[in-house]
Amino acid sequence: MSLAKKYPKEIKQILSKYPPEHKRSAVMPLLYLAQREEGYLTKAAMQDVAQIVDITETEVVAIVGFYTLYHEEKGGKYRMQVCTDLPCALRGADEFMNSLCANLGIKVGETTADGSVTLEAVTCLAACDKAPMFQTQGPDGIKYHENMTVDRTMELISILKRSVREVR
Amino acid sequence: MSKQVTLTIDGIQVTVPEGIVVADAAKMVGIDIPVFCHHPKLEPVGMCRMCLVEIGRPVRDRATGEFVIENGAPKIQFMPKLETACTNKVEDGMVVLTQTEKSREGQRSTVEFLLTSHPLDCPVCDKGGECPLQNLTMAHGPGKSRFIYDEKLRLGKHVPLGNLIVLDQERCIQCARCIRFQNEIVGDAVIDFDDRGRGTKIVSFSDPGFDSVFSGNTTDICPVGALTTRDFRFEARPWELDAQASICTQCAVGCNTTLNTRREPRAGGDITVQRVMPRQNEEVNEIWICDKGRFAYHYAESRKRLARPRVRQDAKLVSASWDAATRLAAENFLKARNDFVVLVSGRLSNEDLFNVKTLVEQSEGTGYLYSLMGGGEVTSLVGMSGGSNFANMGRGTTIVVVASDLYEEAPIWYLRVKQAADRGATLIVLNPRATKLDRFSSYVVRYAYGDEMKSVRDLSRKTKIGDAFTQAENAVILFGSDGLGIAGSAGLASACAKVLQDGGHAGKPNNGLIGVWERANDQGAWEIGFKVEENLAEAIQGKTVYIIGADPVSDDPNLAKALEGAAFVVVQDVMETATTQIADVVLPAQAFTERDGTFTSGERRVQRFYPAVPVTGEAKPDYAITSQIASHMGVTLEGTSVSALFDGLAKSVKSFEGLSYARLTEVRPQWPIVGRGDMYYGGTTYENKHGMGAQLSAAATRGETVDIPQIDKEAAPRPKEKELLAVPITRLYDRGTTVMMSADLLRDRIGGATIALHPDAAQNLGVEEGQVVNVSFDGVNGDAVVKLDDTISVGVALIPRSMGLAIREPVPANVRPQR
Amino acid sequence: MEHILLRHRDIADFNTLNVYKKNDGFAAYKNAVTKMTPTEVTQVVKDSGLRGRGGAGFPTGMKWSFIDNKNWPHYIVANADESEPGTFKDREIMEGNPFQFLEGLAIACYAVGANVAYIYLRGEFWELAAFLDQKIAEMEKEGYLGDKLFGGEYSLRMYTHLGAGAYICGEETAMLESLEGKRGQPRVRPPFPPSYGLYGKPTVINNVETFANVPPILARGANWYKSLGTADSAGVKVFSLSGRVRKPGNYELPFGTTFRELIYTYGGGVQDSRSVKAIMPAGASSSLILVNDEKVLDTPMDYASVRTIGADLGSASVIVIDDTVRMDWLVNKTVHFFNHESCGKCTPCREGTYWMSNITERIREGRGVPGDVDLLLNVAKQMQGKCLCALGEFSTMAVVTGIERFPEDFKKAVSKA
Repeated sequence: MSLAKKYPKEIKQILSKYPPEHKRSAVMPLLYLAQREEGYLTKAAMQDVAQIVDITETEVVAIVGFYTLYHEEKGGKYRMQVCTDLPCALRGADEFMNSLCANLGIKVGETTADGSVTLEAVTCLAACDKAPMFQTQGPDGIKYHENMTVDRTMELISILKRSVREVR
Repeated sequence: MSKQVTLTIDGIQVTVPEGIVVADAAKMVGIDIPVFCHHPKLEPVGMCRMCLVEIGRPVRDRATGEFVIENGAPKIQFMPKLETACTNKVEDGMVVLTQTEKSREGQRSTVEFLLTSHPLDCPVCDKGGECPLQNLTMAHGPGKSRFIYDEKLRLGKHVPLGNLIVLDQERCIQCARCIRFQNEIVGDAVIDFDDRGRGTKIVSFSDPGFDSVFSGNTTDICPVGALTTRDFRFEARPWELDAQASICTQCAVGCNTTLNTRREPRAGGDITVQRVMPRQNEEVNEIWICDKGRFAYHYAESRKRLARPRVRQDAKLVSASWDAATRLAAENFLKARNDFVVLVSGRLSNEDLFNVKTLVEQSEGTGYLYSLMGGGEVTSLVGMSGGSNFANMGRGTTIVVVASDLYEEAPIWYLRVKQAADRGATLIVLNPRATKLDRFSSYVVRYAYGDEMKSVRDLSRKTKIGDAFTQAENAVILFGSDGLGIAGSAGLASACAKVLQDGGHAGKPNNGLIGVWERANDQGAWEIGFKVEENLAEAIQGKTVYIIGADPVSDDPNLAKALEGAAFVVVQDVMETATTQIADVVLPAQAFTERDGTFTSGERRVQRFYPAVPVTGEAKPDYAITSQIASHMGVTLEGTSVSALFDGLAKSVKSFEGLSYARLTEVRPQWPIVGRGDMYYGGTTYENKHGMGAQLSAAATRGETVDIPQIDKEAAPRPKEKELLAVPITRLYDRGTTVMMSADLLRDRIGGATIALHPDAAQNLGVEEGQVVNVSFDGVNGDAVVKLDDTISVGVALIPRSMGLAIREPVPANVRPQR
Repeated sequence: MEHILLRHRDIADFNTLNVYKKNDGFAAYKNAVTKMTPTEVTQVVKDSGLRGRGGAGFPTGMKWSFIDNKNWPHYIVANADESEPGTFKDREIMEGNPFQFLEGLAIACYAVGANVAYIYLRGEFWELAAFLDQKIAEMEKEGYLGDKLFGGEYSLRMYTHLGAGAYICGEETAMLESLEGKRGQPRVRPPFPPSYGLYGKPTVINNVETFANVPPILARGANWYKSLGTADSAGVKVFSLSGRVRKPGNYELPFGTTFRELIYTYGGGVQDSRSVKAIMPAGASSSLILVNDEKVLDTPMDYASVRTIGADLGSASVIVIDDTVRMDWLVNKTVHFFNHESCGKCTPCREGTYWMSNITERIREGRGVPGDVDLLLNVAKQMQGKCLCALGEFSTMAVVTGIERFPEDFKKAVSKA
C-alpha cells in the first residue's frame, strides 16, 4: 500500500507545517514516516515520498544519502548507536563499545544473528556528561540511554531481543 | 544598458556591467582566473575553491560614504582570507589580485587537493586534450604526490547513469556542474549527489537512468573526464578531430552544431563524423543541444546510403548514369504536363527548395510541402523577425505555448522558454494534456481536444490570462500540432495570428508567431511558397510524382496505396527507403554533412551549414539534381554555386530580401566566451566562427497589409459520444529514419507504438496500463501498448506520430484488447 | 545563586505551563506584544549586550536589526541542532525550561515581524521534539500562539522540524537548506539569512540558549543583564563541562568565571586527581589550550580573555583533557568526527578531512612515518582560510594546535613506527 493511502492523517499533519508552495520541506519528516515500519527506506517508499512532495526520486535518494538517520539497507530491528566521539571516549566509550562487541559476538556495524540489534558507532549525541551512552533507533523512534554500564546494556538488549522473538 | 562598475584586476583597470562576479569580469578583459565549479550559465556556488584570489575593497568614510583617500589614492582594505572570484560581485574601486603568491598558493592547494583523489588516467581519458583539470594541473599542480597512493579512493570507473552517459567516479571532482545544469537550466533533477563528504557521488534513479533529453550537455560542461557519452567514449582523442560548422536538422529550432570528424579505421579509413557538439549561438541554442541532435546523426554514415542513380528496368532497379537517370525523369515530368506533382520535405535547404519551386513554376506541375502541419502561410506574415531573441525575453514578455509539448518537439525551445519564465516572462501553456513546461508557467489552460482555437481566442478576453496576454509589452506564441492534423493546425495558426495582430504583437522584434514544425526547414519551404495538402493521397493518385527527401510509403499505408497507382515515381533521397524501392528513378542526394546550404528555423532565422565529410559515392546536392533534371526540360537553374542560388532566392522572395551568405556568416561578440584554450570556463562547446545567421523580415515588419485567413469554425473535431477519437502527438525519439539509424544508442528511449487513454476510457474498454491492444482507423491497423494519462479527456486516445501507427489527423478509432 | 536560564534546577516542575506561568512566565512576551514596538524590543536586546550562544558570539540585537524590511514574510529559525562534541546545554534548557526558550523565541519573532518560527532539532532529539510539540500545543491553547494574540493584530505559529543526523546542519545556511528539504550543505554568503534566508525570505537564526536569555532581559532590563558577566561578554552562560572531570554537566555561570572555578569548584576537579594537560573550550572545533602553567587555569572565560591564550570560547563546551591523554589519539578522534561530518561541498574540507583522517589513523596506530606529522600539519594549514564554511576551518584547529603545542606526543607516536 502506498504511503499516502496508509498514513493520510499523518501526511496531512506533516504538510500543514510548511507553506503549500514549499512542500518539499516535508521530505524529511515524511522519510521518517516511510522508515517507520521496515526500519529502512524501500525504493517504493522513496518513490511515494517523491510523489507527495513533487520532487524526483533521485532527489529523495540524495537526501536519504546525506543524513545518517535514514537507512537504505535493512538492519536490525533496533539500531544501537553508541557515541564514541571525543568527550564520551574520554569517559570510557571505546572500552564500553569493545565490551558490547565481545558480549554480543559481533563487530561494530554488524547485526545480531536474530536480527534484533545492529551495533553502530556514531558521532556526538549531546550527552557528553552522561557517557557511556547510546541511542536506540527502532520502530518507536529514537530513545536515549545514558550513564550506561555494560551489564545494564546487556539487560536492555535481552529485552529488545525478547520483543523481536515475541513478534515472531 | 546596465550600470557599469570600474575595478582593477592585476593592475588593469576594467569597466564591466554591475552585478557580475569577479571571475566573469576578469574573463571579459582576458584574464583567466581558473575555475571548476563556476560556469557562467549557472548560479554561483563557490564550491571548488579553485578561483581563490585576493580581493580588496575601498574603505568608505562612514559619515560621507566617500572613499577614504590615502597617499592620493583610495585606501584599500584586503580581507585576511582569500576569496572566491566566482561568488563575489564586482564593486566600484575593487582591487583584485590573481597572481600574488598568496592567490597562487590558494590555487595550488585546490589543485593538489583535487588530485589527491583523482586517478590522473589522462592517457586513456576521453577528456584528455580538452580537459580543464589537465590544463590547470599543468599550470598550477604539484609535480609529485605527497600522499600515499594506496590510500587513494578506489571507485567505479564505469558507472552508467543511463544508456547515454557514463560516469567515472574516480575522475569526478564533485563540482556539481552537471547536477546544477539539470536542476537550474533544465528544471528536471534526474541526477544528484548521494552520500556526503568524500563519499559524495553522482547518481540517477530515474527510469530510464539520467532521463533527460539534455543529458549530453553535462559532458560538455564537466570539467574533467567524469562524464562521457557512450557514443564518443574511447572513440577518438580530441586533438585528432577536425571541426566543421553545421546546423542540426532534427527539428525546427536550428541549433548551431560542430561536426567533429576523423579518419575512421572501422569505415575503411574514410572520414566520418565522430561526434556532434554544440556551437555557441546565444540567439538560438546558447551552448546547448539536445540528445537527439547529439546522437541521432549516424544515419548520414549508414550503409543504406544511396551512392548512385538507379532506374527501373524489367521491374528491377539498376544503376544508371546521372545523365540517363535525370533525362528519364525529365522526360516523364514533361510528358505528365499538369499531372506532374512534386513533394518536398523540410529536410531540404532553402536553395534546394528554391530550385524546385522555380521548376514547378516553369513547368505545369504542382509542388507540395510534405508535412502534417499547416499554418505556415501566417508565420510568414506575423512570424518572428529581425532582432528577436528568447534571451532578451523576461519581465514584460508573455509567451504562449499552445498545442505543443516543446520538451518532446523542440527541446531547446523548451529550455529557452523555461529560462525566459525564470527571468520573469509570463508563460501561458494551453494544452490538452500535461507537459513538462506546465511546472514553469504562470497559467495552464487544459482545454479539451478540439477546443484549441477557442482557447487561443480567449486570450483576447478580459480575464486574468487574457490580461496577461493583451497587456504584455511583447508577446510570442508557439503553436504546434498536438492532437491536430493539417486543417486543425492551420486553423489554430490563424487564430494565433489574429490575437497577436489585434494585440499589436506582430511586426516588431520579440513578438510574433512560431510554428513548432516537424523538420528543420519547414519554415523555409513555407517562405518560398510551398503549401501542404490535406488530402495528399488523392493529390498524387495516378500522377507523375517527384519525391524529394520523404518516405511516404513507410509513413502512411494510404500514401503507399496512392503511389502504387502513380504514373511514374522519381525519388531523390540520401538513403534507401520503402519509397525508393517502388520508384522508377532513384536519385542519390548528399547528406547535409557533405554539402553546404542554408536552413530557415522556426524563429525564421536563416543559417548556413557546411560540408564536413566527403561525398558518398556519386551523390549530388539536391539543388544540383533538380537543376540537372530541369536542364533536360529546357529550364535553366543554377546547379553549382549555392551562394549564387541564395542570391537568386533573396531577389525573388521578399522575406529573404537583403540577405546574402556574407550576412549569414557574420559573428557578433557573445557572452559567455567559450571554446578557446580555457575549456574550464564555458565547457567544450565550440566557439561560433562561421556565422550566427540572420532573421527574415515578416510581412508585418515590412509594413504590408497582413491578411490573416479567417477560419471561424473550429478546425479540429471533438470526440463524439461513444466514440474514441485518436489524435496524433509527437515524441522526440520516434521511429523516424534518422532516429532508428542511431537506435542502438537510443534503445531504451525509443520504445514502440503506444496509445494513451484516460483511466476511465481504459476501464470502459477493459484494458490496463501496459496491455497490448489492436488499434484501427482509416485504413490503418496495428498494435499498441496502453498508457494511462489522467490529464486528457475520456473521449480521446493519444497516438504518437512515426511510431508505427500512421496517424495524420484526429480520427475515430477502434480499440480492441489483443487476444 | 539563583539560575537565570536553568531555572528548573531551582523550581520544581518548571517545565509545566502552570508553574512557568506562576513564576511570571510569558509576562515579558505579553508586555512586548501589547506595549512595545518591535524596534523597542530589538533595542532592549541590543542594549543588553546579548551575544549569540551558538558559538560565533554575534550581537543578537544587531542580527535582528539586519532583517530586510522590504521583503516579506520573515521567518525565525531556532537552532536546536546541538551537535558540537562537548555541547549539551540546549538539550537541558529545552527539557527543563522549555517555556522560557519558547517565550524568548516568540519575543524574537515579534521583534523581527515573523509569523512563523521553525525549531530545527537534530534528528536524535526525537523525544524532545515530541515534548516541545506538546508544549507548543499548550501555548496555543492558552492563547500564546495563534491568530490575533492578546487581542491585537499579531499572529504567530511555531513548528518543530527534525534533522536526521548531520552536524553541518548546525551551520545556519545548511540548516536552511535542510529545512527546505534539501541536502544540508552550506550556502555561499553573502547574501546572509537576514536578507535571504528560508525560502529566500529574510530570516533570523539564533541558538536555543540565546532565545532563553531574552525573557529575563525584557523582564529585568538591559542594564541588569549587562551588570552580569564582563564588559565584552554580558550576562550568564551555560557552560557544558565534559571530559576528565569528576562532575561533568552544565553549569550556568556569569561570563568571566575562570576555568579553575569551573573545573575545580563546580566540576569537582580532575578524575583520579590527575592534572589538566589541555582544555578545549569550544568542543571539538576548539584549539587545544596548553595548560603548562597553573596560571592558564585562572583565565576568565569570556570571549576576549580566552583569545589571549590562543583559543576561542565558542559555545563554551569545555572539554577537560588530563595528562593520561595522548594528543595524537585525541586529534585522530576530532578529525574522524569532521571527516564523518564534512558535507563534501567544498574541495579543501572534503579532501582535507579525508586525508587528515587517514594520516592521524596511521600515526595513532603506530604506522606513521616521520614525515607524516609535517604532512598532517601541512594539510591542515593548507585548508585554513579556504573552506566554504567554518566546519573545514574548525577541523584544523585541534590538529594545528595539537602538533604545535604538544609536539612531543606526535614525535613519540611516529618514532614507534
